Amino acid sequence: MLDAEEVRTFVQGTVHFFETATGHPATVGSPYLCIDKSAVVQDYAGVIGISGNREGKVYFTAPRGMLSVMLMCMNETDTGEQNVRDLVGEVANTISGNARRDFGRNFVISTPTICDRNNAATAAATTGRSFVIPINWRSYAANVVVCLQ
Amino acid sequence: MSAVPKPRQPLRMMIVDDSNVMRRRIERSQQNDQLEVVATAVNGVDAVAKFKQLMPDVMTLDLTMPEMDGIECVEHVIKIKPDVLILVVSALADKATAVEAIEKGANGFLCKPFTDDQLNEALAELIGE
Repeated sequence: MLDAEEVRTFVQGTVHFFETATGHPATVGSPYLCIDKSAVVQDYAGVIGISGNREGKVYFTAPRGMLSVMLMCMNETDTGEQNVRDLVGEVANTISGNARRDFGRNFVISTPTICDRNNAATAAATTGRSFVIPINWRSYAANVVVCLQ
Repeated sequence: MSAVPKPRQPLRMMIVDDSNVMRRRIERSQQNDQLEVVATAVNGVDAVAKFKQLMPDVMTLDLTMPEMDGIECVEHVIKIKPDVLILVVSALADKATAVEAIEKGANGFLCKPFTDDQLNEALAELIGE
């Protein structure tokens, strides 16, 4: 189970990602424990499996419109399905990878699996409790969900 | 009459990342006129195959990729061309991973996420500008 300091690692990583990659800061709401995990999955989710000294999942889930605008902020002109799915995975990968600064190299991250609303259960299928970190970016709302044993 | 110096040939660069968005971002954002992107690759296996054909001078290389990861890819390409310049561009932010990549033969490490300026500074430093 995550402690407060570990949650802070993901909050800081999320804030850093949006500021640096898009040039537009995000605000992060208070993290909360999630009961109905599938309820927080939005249009797309990039899911990272965690193994090594911790077991679990980290995922970033966002609406399609937000991902399209993020691509545009990154000067990407192709906002088609393939790049939207690619971006949601890259965000999850970056936030998880950056967490190794605090968790160490035995915090092993997988390549991303991409889910959409049709297979949201894949993202939500975790054992143990999940922390949801709400993200507000421009006019959009997204979530980073962290479930670690 | 003094001889006109020949313009220097740009260094040939390969971009390796499993993310299409990231490959395109690096290609679009790199502004160094000493670098010419000649290929992109989606994982280590793809990178090694294209490397053997094209023998680029410079690589940007992700670490977390399917099929063959970046560390293993460094080991392969260094054997093929020991003087290739490799900039690892990865989200893995722990110091031990950066040290391992450098020990295997990489020449620089840029942590994701990055700004365009950070990318161009890292590439300039890589090629000794």
